[in-house]
Amino acid sequence: MRLTGWGRKPVVDADMLAPRSISEVQIRCRQTPFRGIPRGNGRSYGDSALAPRVLSSRRLDRFLAFDAETGVLRCEAGVLLADILDVSVPRGWFLPATPGTKLISVGGAIASDVHGKSHHLEGCFSRHLERFSLMLADGETLECSRTQHADLFRATCGGMGLTGFILEASLRLKPIRSAYLRETTFKAENLDHALSLFSEHAGAPYSVAWIDCLATGPRLGRSLLMTGDFIDDGRLRAPVKSPLSVPFDVPGFALNRYSVAAFNALYYHRVRTAQRERMVHFDPFFYPLDGIGHWNRIYGKSGFTQYQFVVPREAGHGGIGAVLKRIVASKRGSFLAVLKTFGPANDNPLSFPMEGYTLALDFKLEPGLLPFLEELDRIVLDHGGRIYLTKDVRMSGDTFRAGYPRWEAFQELRRKYGADTTFRSLQSERLGL
Amino acid sequence: MQKILIIGATSAIAQATARRFARRGDRLYLLGRDPDRLDGMAQDLRIRGAESVSYASFEAEDFARHPALLDQAYEALGGLDVALIAHGTLPDQRACEASFDTARRELNVNALGTLSLLTHLANRLESQGSGTLAVISSPAGDRGRQSNYVYGAAKAMVTVFCQGLRNRLFGSGVHVLTIKPGFVDTPMTAAFDKGMLWAQPEQIAAGIEKAIGKGKDSVYLPGFWAFIMLAIKHIPEGIFKRLKL
Ligand SMILES: Cc1cc2nc3c(=O)[nH]c(=O)nc-3n(C[C@H](O)[C@H](O)[C@H](O)COP(=O)(O)OP(=O)(O)OC[C@H]3O[C@@H](n4cnc5c(N)ncnc54)[C@H](O)[C@@H]3O)c2cc1C
Repeated sequence: MRLTGWGRKPVVDADMLAPRSISEVQIRCRQTPFRGIPRGNGRSYGDSALAPRVLSSRRLDRFLAFDAETGVLRCEAGVLLADILDVSVPRGWFLPATPGTKLISVGGAIASDVHGKSHHLEGCFSRHLERFSLMLADGETLECSRTQHADLFRATCGGMGLTGFILEASLRLKPIRSAYLRETTFKAENLDHALSLFSEHAGAPYSVAWIDCLATGPRLGRSLLMTGDFIDDGRLRAPVKSPLSVPFDVPGFALNRYSVAAFNALYYHRVRTAQRERMVHFDPFFYPLDGIGHWNRIYGKSGFTQYQFVVPREAGHGGIGAVLKRIVASKRGSFLAVLKTFGPANDNPLSFPMEGYTLALDFKLEPGLLPFLEELDRIVLDHGGRIYLTKDVRMSGDTFRAGYPRWEAFQELRRKYGADTTFRSLQSERLGL
Repeated sequence: MQKILIIGATSAIAQATARRFARRGDRLYLLGRDPDRLDGMAQDLRIRGAESVSYASFEAEDFARHPALLDQAYEALGGLDVALIAHGTLPDQRACEASFDTARRELNVNALGTLSLLTHLANRLESQGSGTLAVISSPAGDRGRQSNYVYGAAKAMVTVFCQGLRNRLFGSGVHVLTIKPGFVDTPMTAAFDKGMLWAQPEQIAAGIEKAIGKGKDSVYLPGFWAFIMLAIKHIPEGIFKRLKL
């Protein structure tokens, strides 16, 4: 069947295995050993869940246990974060670390060691993970936690499916007393202002900034910074809305530098005062894009990519500023430019976050984009940063190795468990893993 | 809270529908073939919010056991509001052509097993004067085609039987719903190439919940199949018999 990542390029004709139970995975994979890559809900942008053969967790979607007293949840790897919230929010529990979409699987969340607006306080997804079971290259299953097979635990968190297939996992949720948050929006005149607002509000549980990445000169980096904090009003039962959907591919010409500039300017001026406060349901606060199904179609048939990088705190202003300047000069607009702060890095060899600032930008795939992104790579590496693997579809092996100095330990561990010849994606082949 | 019996509970469509019921806080009783799968499914549904879930294993062809199984279900649920009958197999048409024994087994599972259950359930609901019988049939039962007429014949029998029951039970306040899902991406159809016409079990489940709620008589799911089958039913036999369908 034809498969793509969320960026819709490349398209791969793949053989997809979608077993319905954990025992079925094990029986099948012992009979004919699997060669290929695990796949969750296909929300990674690039080619990390693509290979000629994929082992899908889509039908491994059962809850196994939930303790409403302690907030510990055990479920199969294909359960979506959306399903978890359905079950947990009415009982007063929330995901401590969640990305900007809830339409991803638990397996995908572990394999990308995802982060959210709470990274500066709560770290990555793996910090709240108690254990998981992992099917290895030979079809055997191992229990992994911080005390059992700890090396495999760390390598699998952020390991992009390259160590084995996650079957099921236990997570710790955090207590909440409402499904609503108090959201405060601050207008930042430029990048300096934005970064100082971030430090000023470092204690806010959630924070993120939307940058108008076409503003130039003294306004470079002007943005809206939003912070959020769950309130305490006891309203846990969430109202259900019917989602919108983009029904077809938007023709390429609809997305040009003028429409993007107009969108960004409008977005920025939506907030008229320097500071605005409102109550919002967690859904639009954390998952604004999930309300619009198939929004990836707005980039048309040619597909798109998200360029997300991180630079260390000291290099924050210089690194982010240099990238923004380069984008402004190139006149390549990005609808979405999201800036966040990260807390300290964890010790998972391929986990993306490091203490500093991260910026994510969407670009339509078009001629000339790749050399341009390579220029950005150089700026990022020069500032000691790296590129996020789960969004990547094009970085070179050299860029990868420079950004992830612990790649050798990772590769060593894959060899030890026989994963290096079994679990391979288009991305791992490209990066030389 | 409704009291719901689901027969053939581990089928992909039944499972997706059961999850919708669980989310509403319904009380569920599951019948299916594989006790291990039922056990896992019951736990999943409890976590998703079902008031209670019990289950028993069952064989569609074991007609003699049906009354006792339904008794157990009634007792565990403390009554019955909705019964969803969703068990079924997809016969190998070629094998059925080669051996009537094979064909008869398929007819037992896909038609007679359903008719047996419906007979017992209809009598109970009729005397209680309320309730819904929701039965999964198929557009395949609308017209016989060379590629799957054994399955089609079984489903035609289910469709007509339900029509008759609906007519019979109308006065007693019992609702009979015939569900005709088009191509659904389930393990039963894992070997097929999936195109535009394919739906996910979750979509079908949403349609089933809605059709039960609205008291519909018969639904195609997704709805566009009503148009496709309208066209297919109206092709004159003289032409139809020449088509490779
Ligand atoms: C709108 C949007 C917003 C996003 N926002 C953020 C964000 O804020 N922060 C962030 O960190 N990410 C974000 N992402 C990225 C997303 O969280 C990750 O790509 C996530 O890994 C996708 O999960 P998935 O289930 O779709 O997995 P897939 O895309 O199918 O797979 C992703 C990776 O996980 C591996 N994998 C999947 N399942 C398993 C398994 N069972 N065992 C082993 N490996 C497995 C795959 O091999 C692949 O390498 C966003 C994505 C979108 C579309």
